Amino acid sequence: MKKENVPQDMGALGKITKEVCYATDSNGKYVTELSNGWDVKNSALDVAWKDVEERIAVAKQKVLNGEASPLLFFMECRLMDMEILAGYSGFWQWQVKRHLKPDVFKKLSDKKLQKYADAFNVKVEDLKTMTVHEA
Amino acid sequence: MKLDFEHHQSAHCESGVTSSLLRESSLNKITEPLAFGIGAGLFFCYIPLIKINNGPAIAFRTFPGLIFKRTCNALGIPVIRKKFSSKEQAESYLIERLKEGHPVGCQVGVYYLSYFPREYRFHFNAHNLIVFGKEDDNYLISDPVMDTPTKLTSYELERVRFAKGALAPKGQLYYPQSKAVITEEQIRKAIISGIKTNVNQMLRIPGNFAGVSGIRYTGKKIKNWRDKLGLEKAGSYLAQLVRMQEEIGTGGGGFRYIYGAFLQEAQAYTHHDQLPEISKLFTQAGDLWRTAAVHAAGIYKGRLGSQEDFNQMGDYLIEIAELEKKAFLALKNIKW
Repeated sequence: MKKENVPQDMGALGKITKEVCYATDSNGKYVTELSNGWDVKNSALDVAWKDVEERIAVAKQKVLNGEASPLLFFMECRLMDMEILAGYSGFWQWQVKRHLKPDVFKKLSDKKLQKYADAFNVKVEDLKTMTVHEA
Repeated sequence: MKLDFEHHQSAHCESGVTSSLLRESSLNKITEPLAFGIGAGLFFCYIPLIKINNGPAIAFRTFPGLIFKRTCNALGIPVIRKKFSSKEQAESYLIERLKEGHPVGCQVGVYYLSYFPREYRFHFNAHNLIVFGKEDDNYLISDPVMDTPTKLTSYELERVRFAKGALAPKGQLYYPQSKAVITEEQIRKAIISGIKTNVNQMLRIPGNFAGVSGIRYTGKKIKNWRDKLGLEKAGSYLAQLVRMQEEIGTGGGGFRYIYGAFLQEAQAYTHHDQLPEISKLFTQAGDLWRTAAVHAAGIYKGRLGSQEDFNQMGDYLIEIAELEKKAFLALKNIKW
């Protein structure tokens, strides 16, 4: 890539910091050039977030249909998989898997719910009602 | 407490941290491209069975931690590397090192990294930064991808050092033990060993998922994505490929440009006439990766979408595989 072709399409990152790109100057020598971003990858990032939104919507519907506990909804909101949630909540993965069943979830003690609430950074009450306050 | 440390912005976090931590003993000679090349950072790998963020597991660089390790090994610098089970110990160990005058590299997760833009905060646990001091409750942070030094409170730093999930950092920190001066001869030898390692990595790993053959394999797979996954999911997969290739930390073109820069710098130490020409092959490869990314964007933005478009996408990768094979064979055949 030639230095003058380093794209300068403002994206989420460009607002906070420019990024270093390697490109060649007129003599073919490599130099660094700062970039605000590139439309091609900005839109790739948009695709990733759109997918997240869709997964949240699907999870919400599953919870409302009684097919999953609210944990699934919050996992999608916080981009977590079973391993990550197990890590932050302190439960084992097989326990998390069990708690994803609505019937099991309903019987969880407040103490256990609090662990999940902390992992998701919400209140226990919000956990049950699928209420998200943006952190 | 603030160590005498100069922040340098770089393209890639780990090679940037490596370069910065070696700045003093190498008298500024170990630049980012040199660290990346000596650490044999260039790679390609696609593992269809594993998913990352519900997309394909694709990497354009070597496994996290290897660049620092290999670079220091090749230069003969002993490294201290430590993981912790206790958060308190992790912090007190860090503070002791700072008091001794060592800037310290830390592996962190980016999900809770407060100064990162929200859109970038996925659960990615192989980011690297340098801690170079503490003022009140704030740690002074040199994050190689940021243009200026930043700060994290002790709680924020603890949270990212103990991020959870795949590749959990477990408080991992590392730093070069000695500050002995690195000679030009050491650098020359390290460059040669780094190139050899990278040749093996790209040409010799058995199986079809890694190295040059991994690129070709992925190209073939992509041609089936439309039928197998459906247009929308196939688009998301391509978007993930592009993010791994171009997103912050790559220097552009899936790290191929950094490698091209490395070979140019290597010329000054090894005086090998072929290196500038081979560097051009990597520039071509990087350019072709970016052409492929533009094509992929056509698909995930909905402008393209026929099977023909997916065939074209796959063919780009197959062409890149040939080009990189040629480049690495040329490196392999150099008589040092």
